[in-house]
Amino acid sequence: LSNSTMVFKRFVQIGRVARVNFGKDEGKLCVIVNVVDLGKVLVEGPIEYTGVNRQKISIKRLDLTDFVVKVPLGARAGTVKKALEADDIVNKFKQSSEGKKLEIQKARAEMNDFDRFKLMVAKKTRTRAVKVKLAELRKSG
Amino acid sequence: DLEIEDIMAQKSWIHEYQIVGRKKPSELQPEPPIFRMRIFAKDTVKAKSRFWYFLSKYHKMKKTTGEILTVNEIFENKPQKLKNFAIWARYDSRSGTHNLYKEFRDVTRTGAVQQFYLDMAGRHRVRSRSAQIIQVQEISSTQCKRPNMVEFFNTNIKFPLPHRIQRTTNPSYRKRFRST
Repeated sequence: LSNSTMVFKRFVQIGRVARVNFGKDEGKLCVIVNVVDLGKVLVEGPIEYTGVNRQKISIKRLDLTDFVVKVPLGARAGTVKKALEADDIVNKFKQSSEGKKLEIQKARAEMNDFDRFKLMVAKKTRTRAVKVKLAELRKSG
Repeated sequence: DLEIEDIMAQKSWIHEYQIVGRKKPSELQPEPPIFRMRIFAKDTVKAKSRFWYFLSKYHKMKKTTGEILTVNEIFENKPQKLKNFAIWARYDSRSGTHNLYKEFRDVTRTGAVQQFYLDMAGRHRVRSRSAQIIQVQEISSTQCKRPNMVEFFNTNIKFPLPHRIQRTTNPSYRKRFRST
């Protein structure tokens, strides 16, 4: 069974970069470094690099990303950090569509009333510009 | 500041205590022999109780005739290293009492013991009061016997997550009980 025929594209595997989606480390990236069982993995940030301490974490608390780094089984903080830096995973994730979506979501959640007003005005301006252009095109035939 | 979900995920309820006790010194025995036990319990109160429970089975002493010299918590040496644990235990079933050998994969001894109690409750309906842990030992992967352990000793382990249920991250939508 080759990977191209697999329905699944993201696997729990050594070196898989995952994002914590629950708990105090929510939103931070980490690397799967060992597998405890089908529901839990050992994960490493490392803590000075992404903020996730080396810990046993439930897979339910992770969102797997598209990225995999080459680390040996049970790799420690130094190795994990080097591998993440070599592939520039943190930035690559931020630039990926998933990463961008998360930033937008975060920005939306942190909006204050003035930001929402500015957003409303911006939407109105854009819609107006589109409608004006559309009316022009309709008139010209 | 940890939320309750973090606490529940990170730490096991169970602690390992070293309890040292002896019979109260008397005129007949001014320096009685000292005994030490490693007890897994949720708190020191329960640990001390279990200490007397076991010790009175081995020696002629009990809580009233003895004294506890120290209660120390034993912490894991390497809480970030994944280990394999073998647990020998004895439990009461509905029809008799049996010995058991189980293997668990965890990061701490107390984590493995917590898994053990949950496993016993789930598989055998054994309450923690009916299970006695005889020994907990860290073993190497070559010493593991159980197939559910051996299948994880694979450097190229890889599996997908076929039945993924998204949990809400927005704190205002988090519920204590979920319908899905």
